[in-house]
Parts: sequence; structure tokens; C-alpha cells
Amino acid sequence: MIAAAQAALRRFVPQLIALATILALNALVFPGFFDIEFQNGRLYGSVVDVLNRGAPVALLAIGMTLVIATKGIDLSVGAVMAIAGAVVAATVAGGASLATALLFAAAAGIACGLWNGFLVAVLGMQPIVATLILMVAGRGIAQLITEGAILTFNHQGLIFIGSGAFAGLPMPVLIWLALGAAVTLAVRRSALGMLIEATGINRRASTLCGINSLVLLLAVYAVSGFCAAVAGVIIAADIKGADANNAGLWLELDAILAVVIGGTSLLGGRFSIVASLLGAMIIQSINTGILLSGFPPEFNLIIKAAIIVVILVMQSPAVQTLYDFLRSPSEVPTETPRQLPGEAEAPESLGRPQ
Amino acid sequence: MHFKHDFRTLFAGATLLAAVAAPPALAAEMTIGFSQIGSESGWRAAETTLTKLQAEERGINLKFADAQQKQENQIKAVRSFIAQGVDAILLAPVVATGWDAVLEEAKDAEIPVVLLDRTVDARDDLYMTAVTSDLVHEGRVAGQWLTDSVAGKDCNVVELQGTTGSSPAIDRKNGFEQAIADHANLKIIRSQTGDFTRAKGKEVMESFIKAENGGRNICALYAHNDDMAVGAIQAIKEAGLKPGQDILVVSIDAVPDIFQAMAAGEANATVELTPNMAGPAFDVLEAFFKDGILPPKWIQTESKLFTQNDDPLKIYEEKKNLGY
Repeated sequence: MIAAAQAALRRFVPQLIALATILALNALVFPGFFDIEFQNGRLYGSVVDVLNRGAPVALLAIGMTLVIATKGIDLSVGAVMAIAGAVVAATVAGGASLATALLFAAAAGIACGLWNGFLVAVLGMQPIVATLILMVAGRGIAQLITEGAILTFNHQGLIFIGSGAFAGLPMPVLIWLALGAAVTLAVRRSALGMLIEATGINRRASTLCGINSLVLLLAVYAVSGFCAAVAGVIIAADIKGADANNAGLWLELDAILAVVIGGTSLLGGRFSIVASLLGAMIIQSINTGILLSGFPPEFNLIIKAAIIVVILVMQSPAVQTLYDFLRSPSEVPTETPRQLPGEAEAPESLGRPQ
Repeated sequence: MHFKHDFRTLFAGATLLAAVAAPPALAAEMTIGFSQIGSESGWRAAETTLTKLQAEERGINLKFADAQQKQENQIKAVRSFIAQGVDAILLAPVVATGWDAVLEEAKDAEIPVVLLDRTVDARDDLYMTAVTSDLVHEGRVAGQWLTDSVAGKDCNVVELQGTTGSSPAIDRKNGFEQAIADHANLKIIRSQTGDFTRAKGKEVMESFIKAENGGRNICALYAHNDDMAVGAIQAIKEAGLKPGQDILVVSIDAVPDIFQAMAAGEANATVELTPNMAGPAFDVLEAFFKDGILPPKWIQTESKLFTQNDDPLKIYEEKKNLGY
């Protein structure tokens, strides 16, 4: 039990080190970074901002992790966010109840996901091409719903989802924590996670072993669509309006980056949702740190890129091999066989049958 | 055979009739082609709506072409306008370069071209005039309002810039800095990009407030567009401060939603980027066709300042149906 917990923790060491380093850097450029006060019935501070502003990418990363584990990719999530935001705003502005609006938005997200899944699983299109279709068309669909303008609303219940707080924490934080925990439990307390990994490593072999990979792929893309819909509702609720032109713009790239920083391979197979969520927080910590630092905006992207290059280099197989090589031979347990470079990272055993 | 023959005579007759019925550019009704970029923003949509309204009011027959953000579509549209023999062409160019050939064709066909909202890198004899706003001047008007309203008191300003490197962001920043340059009491303490969007405006304002002692160091916010200001106003409210009082809010564009915020006392001033670029364009074209007057090469639209005293609710009602 303890060994399993240790192994799980070791899986997250690179991400935790990166996160701690960036948070320390943030405290360096902005000394008040860790200050948290209780104000207007909620926690208030830069760390809370990181958790809150990181919500959209964290939510997208949950679905994206599963999709990437099946050797796929979902480029459409940013556009699906725009669609869901437009749907929820249009429904609420039309006088419907909050529950109806949320249901419609979720249905729109799932429908988008199923469409992607259909193209990938049934028609056998390459995921990058299949989801590119909706990435381009989706924003147009959202613009049709909002008629090109920012569709504003004043529904207090919906606004609460974006900027309200419960138990001192902003609603978006609670939502991504809850969804992340729910999906992690669902895939790791059952065989589902392993089936997804198997499909990602070799779909044909998995199918021959009796896995219904068709349904599995459809479900995985639908989950990704649903996560995008939740993220879309949150950002629309946050600004009290659906901005079809800008909602979720380029966020699919941040979501993929979060998964990659989390150590999940784009070639499919082993995955960790918790590590992807840590990846999302790493990205948001960089963003918030840049905003607090007071550097001119021309440097934003360069600073972000430089930090991310460093993180990815640290996680690269070459550096891992070098690290193993530099460790004194006596520290390396002799009975374990040397790991191959490609498998150097991610010794994980979450819910894996031993 | 017989049928085909009949058809041909009918066609010839119709063409003849059309030629007799419509002598070019003599009738009161002008035909003007308008090549619009697309509808990438609410402002653009309002410009389209107002152009159509203006044309209707003046009895102008407007041929509208939406280029969906593509220059090749615009070039095609201009060529088809030339082929149709319109009296004049309005062009809102999506990019600055690559227009020489098609403008040359319009010139050869003796069809005047008026540029709307943006200019092009081409010889200035290839178009009649350009109707645009002066972005630097807009920033200056906003800065002037702030210097006047703080009246000598010390004031720390935070700035929400537009998309980094875009010409509105550069020019609106310059104009504002020019206006406050001689006033030592005004100081820009933080400046960061909000990408012209509400969501980023809100996020960046949150960090400004955290970084400046819970917002207590901030006296005013200058946003390069209203959308960022609307987002920032929410961030100010959520931080427990009063936008419009604790932190003055001045921005540019004059979209309908900022008038709602002004009516609620949450925004203080906005500088209008008028979507009515077609009005002045039609004016010069009418003067040209009637009296042969050639306009100057640049017509600057008015950058009007609106404050809470200008009955914001009434303006909101006027503007909200323009398609913003």
C-alpha cells in the first residue's frame, strides 16, 4: 500500500518540482504572491487566481488526457467552448431556466464530441484532421448562435457558476477539482483506464482481445466535448456574455501542452489525469506570474516559451538517461534492470493490476 | 429551333431596353459597391449595418460583398463591381498591401474608390480618398479627459493594451502618453495586454489589483477598448472596490455595453470610434458627382468623447440594434 503510494508520488515528482519552482519564481518577482486573505466570503489572493484562471485549461486537460491516451488528439475543444458558451447564453437570454440552459450546453458539447468520435472511430479519419474540421467550423457555429456579437445575459444563477464562491473557493475551482476527481476515479477504480491505454497502444490488438474500441473511442471524445462545454459555460458565466470570436481561442494548444507537461505521451498509452491537471496549473502559474511581474507585454510569450522549453527538456528521455548515468552506481539498485530511455519517465502504478 | 430563336430575340430586346433605361451615372440613383472585410467584431457588424442604412436613406443602390477576412475575395468583389460598371466602390481593406493591380483596374475604368476604416500601401492617385479614424488622436482624447478630470491630483494609471503589436494598441498607447506627458501627477504604473477581449481584460485587471495593494494604489484604468474595460469593471467589483469612483474607467470604441456601465456609474468615459465611415464617404462621392469636387486624400472621422453626463441610457438604446 505504502509502496504503491510512493510509486504514485514518484510519478508526479517532475511536475511537482516544476510547479514548486515556478511558484517560488513568482514569489520572487512579486513578494505578495502567497498572501491569502478572506474577503467577501471567499479566499482572495494570487494563488486562488491561479486555481481559478486555470480552470478552463484544467477542464480541457481532463478530456484531452483521455483522448491523447487513445493515440488521438482533440483540436476542437476551443471551438466547442465557444459553442457551449453561445448555447448557454442564448438559452438563458431566451428566458429558459438555468437547468435547461446547462443541459443544452452539455448536450451541445457531447454532440460535438460524438461527431469527432464518429469521424475518428467509425470513418477511421486521423484525429488531427477529424477534429480540425470542428475547430474551424465550430467557431462559425458559435458566431451563428450569437449573431456575431457578444451575447450578454444577466441571469444571477449562471453568473454564480463563473464568479461565485462556495465554501470560500471560487466555483470554477470546485468544478474542475470535482470533475477531475470523478473522471480519475471512474477510469482508475475500474478497468476503463487500462482499456483506454490498451486501445491507444494498439487498437487492432485491443479489439481482437474483446475491447469494444469503437464505443470506447466515441465515449472518450464525448467526454472531451463535455469537458469543453463545462469550460465554455464557465468562461461565458465569468464575463456575463458569450464572446464567440474569442472564447477558448487557442486554448486547445494550452490543453495539449498541459497533458504533455503532465508526462503523457502523444503516442498514446499510459496516462495520468492528475499529472495533466498539475500541468494546467504549471501553465497558469506562468501566466499569472507574468501578469504580476510587470514586464512589458512584448515579453509575455517569450518568457512563457522559455520556461516551458526548460520544463520539457528536464522531462526529456535524454536528460533522464543522463541523470541515471550520473548517479553513483552504488545508489542504483542492482537487481532492477536498467530502464530503456523511452520509458525512463513515468513509473506509475495507479490502479494497475500487479 | 424555333423556341431557341425566340429566346435569343427576347434577350437582345431586353439588353437594348436596359441600355436605354439606365444611362450610367446620370440618374439620381447611384450604384455603389461595398467590399467589406467580414464580421470579425461587433464594431464591424455595426459598420455594415450603418452603411446599409445610410445608403437606404440617400437612395443609393448598394451592392454589398462580404469577403470573410480574405483579400482574394475582396479583389474578386472589386473586379466584379468594375465589371458591373458601378459608379463608385467602397473598400474596407483587410490588409495594407497587394492592392495596386486591382486599384489600377478601377482607375482605368474611371470608377472612384473610397477606402473605409483602414488605408493601403499604394500610390495615392489610385484611390479617391480614405475615411479613417485617427487612432493616436483617440488615445489623446482619452488622456485629455483624464488629465482634466483629476485636475492636478496625483493619479496612478493602469493600462490595458490591445493585442501586442497591433496598430490600434500602439497608436492608442502613444496618444494617451502624449496627452499625459506634461502632467507629472499622472503616471502609468502598470501596462499589460488584454488582447482586446473581456475575459483577458478581467484576468489582467485582477492581477493589477493584487499587485497594487488590493487596488488601493490605482486611481484610474485606461483600456484600449471598451470590451476590456467591461471585463475589468467586473474584476474591480469582485475585489470589493467601486469602479467609476474608487477607480476611474476610461476606454475607447463606444460600444453599447459601455453605455450601460456608464449609466450604472461604473464607467466614466469612452471615446467613440464611429462605425459610420460610410456617411462621410457618401458625402464626398455625392459632392464629386454633382459638382466635381475632389476631396482631400484623408478624411478624419470625429473621435467624440462620451461621459456619464451624455444620457448614456439613451445612446445605449440607439446603438444596441446596430449589430454591435
